[in-house]
Amino acid sequence: MREGDRVTPHDEEHLGDLLSALPPAPEAWVRTAKELPLARQRLDEIIERAEADEDYRRRVVTDPENALEEADVVAHAGTIQIIRRRLDGKKEEQR
Amino acid sequence: MGLPPPEESAIEDEVEASVEAMGLYVDLSDGQLVARCRAGDQEAWNELVDRFSRYVYAIAVQAFKLPGHDAEDVFQEVFTRAYEHLHKLRDDDAIRPWLAQLTRRLCIDRLRAGAQEQPEDLVEPADVDDTIARLDDALAVHEALATLPDGCQDILDRFFAQDESYRMISEALDLPTGTIASRISRCLVKLRGELEGRNSSSTAS
Repeated sequence: MREGDRVTPHDEEHLGDLLSALPPAPEAWVRTAKELPLARQRLDEIIERAEADEDYRRRVVTDPENALEEADVVAHAGTIQIIRRRLDGKKEEQR
Repeated sequence: MGLPPPEESAIEDEVEASVEAMGLYVDLSDGQLVARCRAGDQEAWNELVDRFSRYVYAIAVQAFKLPGHDAEDVFQEVFTRAYEHLHKLRDDDAIRPWLAQLTRRLCIDRLRAGAQEQPEDLVEPADVDDTIARLDDALAVHEALATLPDGCQDILDRFFAQDESYRMISEALDLPTGTIASRISRCLVKLRGELEGRNSSSTAS
């Protein structure tokens, strides 16, 4: 517990309620979040390839889910947004 | 890559030495853990996800009542942004409120997208502040739980957080069913003692 934090009252029933308030997140979600550092490396590889290959870049922009799955990266809102943002950023830089 | 290269410092060296010596990432403070994550330590990142995954999940599904698919997207986006922007955190010890705020903002974005751009106060459930305050208390209790002996951690988490029956706990932990209730009761007393010790030391300081 952080310094200064207080949890009151301390009757066992209240403690039980508070313990019940934080069930585990689904295992698959937690696993995906833990794999983010590895996923970032693979995203870097996708971006690098997209910069060098215009056809591939178009495919990634059109269907990022498929590009991520091909690279063995879980396609979720976060990874899709990263890839779009980075490809858009590159496009802006090239203008 | 979202994180800058690791910086050498006496504090980080000290943390690294103690972590390598003991292998106990669970014992690191939030601030120490963030410093390790920033240095690119995968084990520290795993611990950070373990430490806050329940909290982020609970904000999404309890405070904002997001359905499963939306909650999953918010959950992944919170950790993705946390990973990318950890170097922007001004106070490493403030990771919990930072994650809470990030989760809250992403939940509102998700609700607003589904409610055709209504103003924030129309899409945010009325009792969000109370629910998040309760989850803050719950996280503090879970942190105190982590200091108890493994047997107590396991039995209390299974019974309360994972909603397992006495029979399931008995089978999983190889304990007589008739002893489960008394063990839970004893462990709750220990947990209460741990929290009261923390509260009295924070009051005294």
